[in-house]
Amino acid sequence: MSGATLDRDAARDEARRTAQRQRLRAAWNLSRGWRYFANVNNQVVGLWYIITAFAFFLFAGVLALIMRAQLAVPENDLVSAATYNQLFTLHGTVMMFLFAVPIFEAVAILILPQMLAARDLPFPRLSAFGYWCFLIGGCFVSGSIFFGAAPDGGWFMYPPLTTDTRLSGIGTDIWLLGLSFIEIASIAAAVELIVGVLKCRPPGMRINLMPLYGWYVLIVGGMILFAFPPLIAGDILFELERLANWPFFDAARGGDPVLWQHLFWIFGHPEVYIIFLPSIALLAMIVPTFARRPILGYGWIVLAAVGTGFLSFGLWAHHMFTIGMPAISQGFFSAASEAVAIPTGVQIFVFVATLLAGRAVYGTPMLFATGALAIFVFGGLTGVMVALAPFDWQAHDSYFVVAHLHYTLIGGMFFPLMAGIYYFHPFVCGTMLSPRLGRWAFWLMFAGFNIAFLPMHITGLRGMPRRVFTYPENLGWETLNLVSTAGAFTMAAGVLVLLWDVLRPGKPKAPRNPWNAGTLEWVAGDPTEPWGIRSVPPVSSRYPLWQQEGLLAGIDAGAYYLPDAREGRRETLVSDPLDATPRQVLRVPGDSFRPMVAAVLVGGCFILGTFHFWIAALLSGLAGVGAILAWLWTGTAVIPEKPEKDAGMGLTLPLYASGAASVGWWAMFITMTGDGTAFISLVFGYFYYWTIHPVFPPAHAGGPGLLWPLLAVAAGLAGWGAMLAARAANATGRVAGARAALALAMLFSLAGAAAFLLGPWRTGLDPTHHAYDAIVWVLVIWAAVHNAVGVLMQGYCLAGSFAGKMTPTHDIDLRNVTLYGHFAALTALTTGAVVALFPLAS
Amino acid sequence: MLTGRPVHAAAAGRPGRVAVARRAAAGALALTLAACSGPQSALDPAGDAAEAIAGLFWVLLAGAAVIWALVIGAAVFALRFKTRPISERAGLRLVLWGGAVVPTLILSVLLVYGLRLMPLLRDPAAELRVEVVGEQFWWRVTYRPEGGPAVVSANEVRVPVGARVEFSLDAADVIHSFWIPALGGKVDMIPGRSNRLALRATRTGTFRGVCAEFCGPAHTRMAFPVVVMEPEAFRAWLAEQAREASPAGNETFLANGCGGCHAVRGTPATGTIGPDLTHLASRLSLGADLLPNDAASRARFVAEVDTLKPGARMPGFGMLPPAEAAAIADYLGSLE
Repeated sequence: MSGATLDRDAARDEARRTAQRQRLRAAWNLSRGWRYFANVNNQVVGLWYIITAFAFFLFAGVLALIMRAQLAVPENDLVSAATYNQLFTLHGTVMMFLFAVPIFEAVAILILPQMLAARDLPFPRLSAFGYWCFLIGGCFVSGSIFFGAAPDGGWFMYPPLTTDTRLSGIGTDIWLLGLSFIEIASIAAAVELIVGVLKCRPPGMRINLMPLYGWYVLIVGGMILFAFPPLIAGDILFELERLANWPFFDAARGGDPVLWQHLFWIFGHPEVYIIFLPSIALLAMIVPTFARRPILGYGWIVLAAVGTGFLSFGLWAHHMFTIGMPAISQGFFSAASEAVAIPTGVQIFVFVATLLAGRAVYGTPMLFATGALAIFVFGGLTGVMVALAPFDWQAHDSYFVVAHLHYTLIGGMFFPLMAGIYYFHPFVCGTMLSPRLGRWAFWLMFAGFNIAFLPMHITGLRGMPRRVFTYPENLGWETLNLVSTAGAFTMAAGVLVLLWDVLRPGKPKAPRNPWNAGTLEWVAGDPTEPWGIRSVPPVSSRYPLWQQEGLLAGIDAGAYYLPDAREGRRETLVSDPLDATPRQVLRVPGDSFRPMVAAVLVGGCFILGTFHFWIAALLSGLAGVGAILAWLWTGTAVIPEKPEKDAGMGLTLPLYASGAASVGWWAMFITMTGDGTAFISLVFGYFYYWTIHPVFPPAHAGGPGLLWPLLAVAAGLAGWGAMLAARAANATGRVAGARAALALAMLFSLAGAAAFLLGPWRTGLDPTHHAYDAIVWVLVIWAAVHNAVGVLMQGYCLAGSFAGKMTPTHDIDLRNVTLYGHFAALTALTTGAVVALFPLAS
Repeated sequence: MLTGRPVHAAAAGRPGRVAVARRAAAGALALTLAACSGPQSALDPAGDAAEAIAGLFWVLLAGAAVIWALVIGAAVFALRFKTRPISERAGLRLVLWGGAVVPTLILSVLLVYGLRLMPLLRDPAAELRVEVVGEQFWWRVTYRPEGGPAVVSANEVRVPVGARVEFSLDAADVIHSFWIPALGGKVDMIPGRSNRLALRATRTGTFRGVCAEFCGPAHTRMAFPVVVMEPEAFRAWLAEQAREASPAGNETFLANGCGGCHAVRGTPATGTIGPDLTHLASRLSLGADLLPNDAASRARFVAEVDTLKPGARMPGFGMLPPAEAAAIADYLGSLE
């Protein structure tokens, strides 16, 4: 072998790699110019998401400053009571729904794929759709204050103050419909992220090797799935009461305002942990990097996070200790609330122990992490106090609680997020933030925060209730409030320093992996390369960059999986959920305006509906459904030009997967779990009424009868059976039979929907008369709508079969729709049993 | 004291210890404590429930301070002062003990300690019943003394010192919350249900209660004075309140329809929509503790109620001719 041959080989190799890089770059290139907003790749959408969420944070922060200015002195008249009520309602609402939860999804969308060495999330257009929904809904809700029409009932909107249209105006509708719209986007992002964690890991990254951030995303995604639907169910009941006078929360007509409190806090308490855990996840990435060692107690922290998530669903009633609950309930929820401190404590001690066992170095992210710890631990300790029912009887709804919740949220969410911003800034923007400005920002925020909120504990215990627009002199609150106001503005100055640092030009360029971290997101070199990772490495450790020799060089050389985009398509690896065996090369759809158009149209339906423009809202909604169908038709379940391809490293993988192997099936399963949770929340409402009424159903109401509900269940089950037959026939090549079965399924489902509605219609249940009538109507409407959506899906499959989009070997759609059918059948069965059979038993 | 301390012999030793703890904390934190006083302060208690909870708070606070210092001290030590890494084994032991075992023990003890207060604080055995109904944005108060007639009043609560008083709490429109921090914890007033709260004042004085649940535009303006009186003085006051008022000088009041919403017992004014005014001039304040109860304020309240209490159901009577307004104010001032 001569030197010339070697040179030639090397040159050929280099030429091959250059060609690979060019093809990858072409496939993943960002859309620019006017098509910039058609981008769907996670790096762009994630950044939009973060910027937008942060803008909402600044907006809500300004609202807070106005409130603090108003409260600086007693009997101040800077703003009126009416304005102040909008300020605090919007401050809480925006911080919770438009900042705290979305920023988690934003950060996860941006960094999770890189951590998993994936080139994108499995449903990029869904991310983009979620983003546009978030932007539109967020601007709608926030903008209302400029018209004096913002919601003004407090961010938990207790009826009957808010259900009575004489006492509350359009702001409440804006809150309900705007947020419902955003919640849908939140759930969509959660589905996307869960599937991303489960199915898009690199070969070999078994679930116990996954970066801790992945675990937290999985846990929080799951929590969103079970926490948001009860609120959506509550929103539906709430809006029906406002619009149509259905008395769910009206005590005079068999309803109960406390039902809303349950539904809201079943959402609202897990929400706190939905906000808190992703920020802890950032610390779980930062702390090992700065301790220069792997996390100590990986299993501990994962178990603790799961435990926190689980427990967080069992303590919602501690927000309701003053409603006059039985002592036994108060004791139970006190105990559960104390118990959640234990897994939280484990997570904190894992960090402390990791620092103790490592050789810690300092940096701005660690400064913020330490500050976070100091604030959060204090908030946790006051949490232990308010968890004790007797103490809460004093602290509840006072400034003590205001102080407590800000200590937990700012220490548990905001400061870790700041640490994350300093930590990930080089990864996202390629430049380093200034350590000097970082120290300024930190000390201003840290000191400002404590000056603002520490005195509030005392203000609250000296009797100042929350949500008052002013206060009299001589109650001893003047100095405390003035100090709090000064602190709030100091903290705001710190935020401005951070903002300046991020926006100022001329920051030094970051070296690659500037913190010398061990996880795969730091493979990212030049942030102008759009492909995420040059080639997908096999992973065999928790900190591959520390523990796998030569990995970085191999990745850069394109030595691993998917180093090429030979067909010019965007591709990423899909693997098994537990052991990450690669299963498929997934082609993800490219840039498109369709998600934006769909979001605008669906948003239009909600926004026009708020103003009672029913026809326009209906048209917008129908057009939105059409846009989504068009997007699905053109962008999903595309039959590839060849069955499989070379994925690199000698591995050949299929390009198409159906059923449980496909990401779509998982997304449907996860979505329907959330949908089922919303349904269960409505059923909970039904049985809640049963518990508060001595006679239920009430004597006046005959119920929906037996005949129609049972017919509806029978038709629904028949439709389900026809779906199963269609799937089986299609899989065995009997396409005509499958089409016939699908048509039959549509007929049965339609009949089921009609029969559900006929039940209470025929027996004359009047939903404005009594909460019982109303809840029965809601349940049958829910079931009927699920049948109707099923009809749409079955029709879609039928059309796909005729169009050649769905064949015996390429049947993703049919399998996913059948999966939907399982859930719809269960919904129908449960509805029938509850509305028709339960009255017989009770 | 009207009677000795009822029931719960088992708990009888506790308040003493709590008081000791409170005094110890007070000694150490004299300055802080000076900053804890006030007519509406839960840390300046005048009732046994508030005392027990304040004692609980000082204990919790002391414990919290120690735990906070230990945890943050460990983190800062690890970052700044540690010279040698601890072993992995030692680290895991720290997680086990610091994160799981010790918190479990502390929280268990705390839970037992905290929850044992519950029956003591929510004891129903009462010597006087008072019904309070929360309305936007005022309080309808009805005293139901044993063996005596019911006495209707509004926007002020008076109780005898040492007696256990049971408040029955209802809401007329939206959710309110009844909170007298100096006497004890709060309980919500919720449409469709009736809640109970037992309080026992331990010293005389004038305190302040508020609505603690946001209830609409004038939520801020929904408070009430609380007067704790010697039992004898209370009995005398209640007897006085039971008396009917004189109709003298009420012509303008009636002519403008005030009687449609307000009752002045013993006169043709029998409305029940708004507060009972029979002894208005004897109360400590006006408009749910919004204004002092003097002649000028009475006139101002009638004229400007719509701006003073946005969202209140009473319209402002600023359009009345001055003579009529003065006549109404005078009449209100006569309702001692």
